[in-house]
Amino acid sequence: MLFLPILIPLISIVLLIAFRSRLKYQQGLSIVSVIAQLFAAVAILLRLSGNGHLVAQAGGWPAPFGITFVADYTSVILLLAVSLVAIGSVIYSIGFVDFDRQKNGLFLLYQGLLAGVNGALLTGDIFNLYVWFEVMVISSFVLITLGSEKLQLRASVKYLVMNLIGSMLFVAAIGLLYSQLGTLNMADIANKMRLQPVPPLVNSAIMLFFIAFGIKAAVFPFFFWLPASYPTPPIAITAFFGATLTKVGVYVMLRFYSLFAQLDVTFWQPVIFTVAALTMIFGVLMAASSYDIRKILSFHIVSQIGYILMGIGLFSVVGLAGAILFIVHNMFSKTATFMAGGLMYLYKGSYDLKKLGWIYKTKPLLAFLFLIPALSLAGIPPTPGFFGKFLLLYAGFDGAHWTITIVALIVSILTLFSMVKIWNEAMWKPEKNSVGLVVKKVKPAAWTGTIIVVTLTLLLGLTIGYTYDYFAEAARQLLDPSLYIKAVLPEQP
Amino acid sequence: MKTEILKIAAAHLKPFLLILSLVVLYRGHNEPGGGFIAGLLAGMAYVIYAGAFGVGKAKQLRLVKPMFFMGLGIGIALFSGMIGLMNGADSIFTGIWTTLTLGGFSLKLGTPLLFDLGVYLTVAGMLVKVIFTVMEEDV
Repeated sequence: MLFLPILIPLISIVLLIAFRSRLKYQQGLSIVSVIAQLFAAVAILLRLSGNGHLVAQAGGWPAPFGITFVADYTSVILLLAVSLVAIGSVIYSIGFVDFDRQKNGLFLLYQGLLAGVNGALLTGDIFNLYVWFEVMVISSFVLITLGSEKLQLRASVKYLVMNLIGSMLFVAAIGLLYSQLGTLNMADIANKMRLQPVPPLVNSAIMLFFIAFGIKAAVFPFFFWLPASYPTPPIAITAFFGATLTKVGVYVMLRFYSLFAQLDVTFWQPVIFTVAALTMIFGVLMAASSYDIRKILSFHIVSQIGYILMGIGLFSVVGLAGAILFIVHNMFSKTATFMAGGLMYLYKGSYDLKKLGWIYKTKPLLAFLFLIPALSLAGIPPTPGFFGKFLLLYAGFDGAHWTITIVALIVSILTLFSMVKIWNEAMWKPEKNSVGLVVKKVKPAAWTGTIIVVTLTLLLGLTIGYTYDYFAEAARQLLDPSLYIKAVLPEQP
Repeated sequence: MKTEILKIAAAHLKPFLLILSLVVLYRGHNEPGGGFIAGLLAGMAYVIYAGAFGVGKAKQLRLVKPMFFMGLGIGIALFSGMIGLMNGADSIFTGIWTTLTLGGFSLKLGTPLLFDLGVYLTVAGMLVKVIFTVMEEDV
């Protein structure tokens, strides 16, 4: 049951290789596969019973020895969100990406990326987590280079080098941890850290983990690879990256903070808050000074990661619920803004704000599709971005963390500023200052994909009254890791 | 660089390396070896061949279908995980072992070996695909 979200993409890879010469079959298969993943995620959500954890042991080996897979509300919520975004992304890519790239394994790599993401969300073993991260890095690296344009290759080197450094630190930390505690099962490590005094080197290992995931999640000061590499591949691929790669990095931070770093709050809380504040500020300032839609949105990914980190640092029910809601909101809103930006590119032939214009007059629906996720990123009700920010700020004031909360408020205004900038330049600027419509017709699949993800954004905001319970439940589970330990290791004290 | 010595050596090394790779694959469960290393060996057999005779000629060999073997390998590896489930185990990738006796020989076979076979095919296919692509760029 728990293995389905990993098995479905892998089986799809086999089938996609079998049908590699038939593009139509590949497209159909990819859509079927992501829908199947959605059903698998829903099925897991329905089975989360008892204390809300679902545990499976690969190979039937009991917990600290074999590889454990664990689902709790946090991972299942993200699993659901990833599969929903994947449906939109696959459909959008069918309409957006050129046939050459589609034939050269685009869909195969999407499934590879999804296998890595789903695996990383579900695994309960640190080395297994490393393997899933590598699966993601390899798939995404090929996706960045797919098509081999000069800019893409240059960007891919930066991406690969930074991610390899991250992986190296990750493995070093794993080795250090194993030498100190003799186990790599996350629940077992957390349990041992609670039962005995923590050896000092374990703290070094956790710091290394923080840096490794900081690189993957693109937090200050490790974010430079992201704006350097994200804008180069076709924007359909960037949109999918925005929903998966950094979000999994930050999810793992959330998990590790709950299991390990929580024990040393006095040290970690200021560190997380400092990094969060700097990530927010630098991301949004860089975005405000860019004029390329892809660059602006890429810097916003960085800035928004800061908010999620802030939620992790707050570590209260409301704060964590806000952080998880923020991850999901970012998956939807960010992907949707990228997709809308891609549609503008298809019609106008440019991402440069100076050349864009007059879209509100010529393509009002497109302007609307951009407006909703953009307002969500800026945090205007009734979009999910507003509720996410509201929860985080509420938790911040509630816990009397004034500095970080005020920084978050200011960054929020700057985010609104750069969204307004895109709106003014791309939507309202009169025709005579911009290029006309280059293309009259765009494939319906690109529109469909955008509409799906924009609808998801809107729905998440409108149904927050019902879904908040799930986010709060997820937060409660993270606050009390003994539940997680108990679910994985039932016999432990 | 095409020399007669390399050509003769490569032609003879190919079957030898392939058989060796199968031996390494089989002993891998308890001793040094395994699917990954064996896959590299098998792939190397064809890479050396391509080095001696050129990629064009190597591509005409009957077994050079890298994408097919990569797909087959992943398929076999996944299938090996399912066998346990079909035999009533609780979880995927549960090992099932049998012993096959043929005359005086007895072969210990099991799903981990099948999984290794999947890894073997995938790695060999991947190596051939990558190296051949890079070698073609050179010309």
